[in-house]
Amino acid sequence: MSLLDFSDEQLERYSRHLVLKEIGGAGQLALLKSKVLVIGAGGLGSPLLMYLAAAGVGTIGIIDDDRVDISNLQRQIIHTTDRIGAAKVDSAEISLSAINPDVRVVKYSDRLTADNAAQIIATYDLVADGCDNFATRLLVSDTCVALGITLVSAALGPFEAHLATFKPHKGDELPCYRCYMPELPGDDQNRTCADTGIIGAVAGVAGSMQALEVVKEITGAGDSLAGKFLIFDALSMRSRLIKLPKDPACPSCGKSVGHV
Amino acid sequence: MSFVITITVNGDEKRISEGQTIADYIIGLGFDPTKVAVERNREIAPKSTFNTQVLSAGDTLEIVHFIGGGNNA
Repeated sequence: MSLLDFSDEQLERYSRHLVLKEIGGAGQLALLKSKVLVIGAGGLGSPLLMYLAAAGVGTIGIIDDDRVDISNLQRQIIHTTDRIGAAKVDSAEISLSAINPDVRVVKYSDRLTADNAAQIIATYDLVADGCDNFATRLLVSDTCVALGITLVSAALGPFEAHLATFKPHKGDELPCYRCYMPELPGDDQNRTCADTGIIGAVAGVAGSMQALEVVKEITGAGDSLAGKFLIFDALSMRSRLIKLPKDPACPSCGKSVGHV
Repeated sequence: MSFVITITVNGDEKRISEGQTIADYIIGLGFDPTKVAVERNREIAPKSTFNTQVLSAGDTLEIVHFIGGGNNA
């Protein structure tokens, strides 16, 4: 496929990408051919999914087993008042198709489990995790490490966001999520926004930055976040980019682990 | 006789006794090491090194709580 294969409508739709030397025709083609799996169609997933669809990511998988609740709408901007009670994957598909009919949406209205994770994730080029619990984050990371798939991971607190890219298959010095958090952090693991609260725009900032890093990974624009860790604090409006080294003793991607 | 060194923790200067590892120090502050990451001099310290990395005068530490939310509920 080359630039000549773009329809007139696509040349117009993606014109603001095509003029960027960092994206251009080659980058747009890479986006249109890419397959990205998004874990969670909630606070992070809403802006993430909408920007990925708008950017022309060709296939977007969505995993979420939840339904739209009125209390979601304060921040989950992919969903609407008239879709309260609908499955989030169905509501998200309606929004994505309305934004960009080029996108093929694949819906999984299940929870990700140890039984289905490898089968689902293996069909994608890249995974973007915006799920709401640590156990799923570790499962997603371990599966991506085993399959050699890049993971762009974001997480939210009430006034803070964490963002990192994990691709240990691309370099011996690059970490995975377990290099950062080797095991479940005890009884903190079930804290969600239902009990901690959040300003909706904090989810918007974080999910948008996550979408940006996904687009950069696919197109090769700029510097990868792999091996780094971004911490955003909304109350002080400060962000810090720090180094995240590989843990040589990591149980998932460390030297002592024999991968198939 | 133990010596005192000065380090910076979450932006505040602290005087601590020399010879403590990251694990000694954060457990002494009351943190559960499974619930936090420790950033030492702008780099996350691998958890497997918490018991071997000895704090030095002038170190800058940030104690980062793990967050796992996607704000879906």
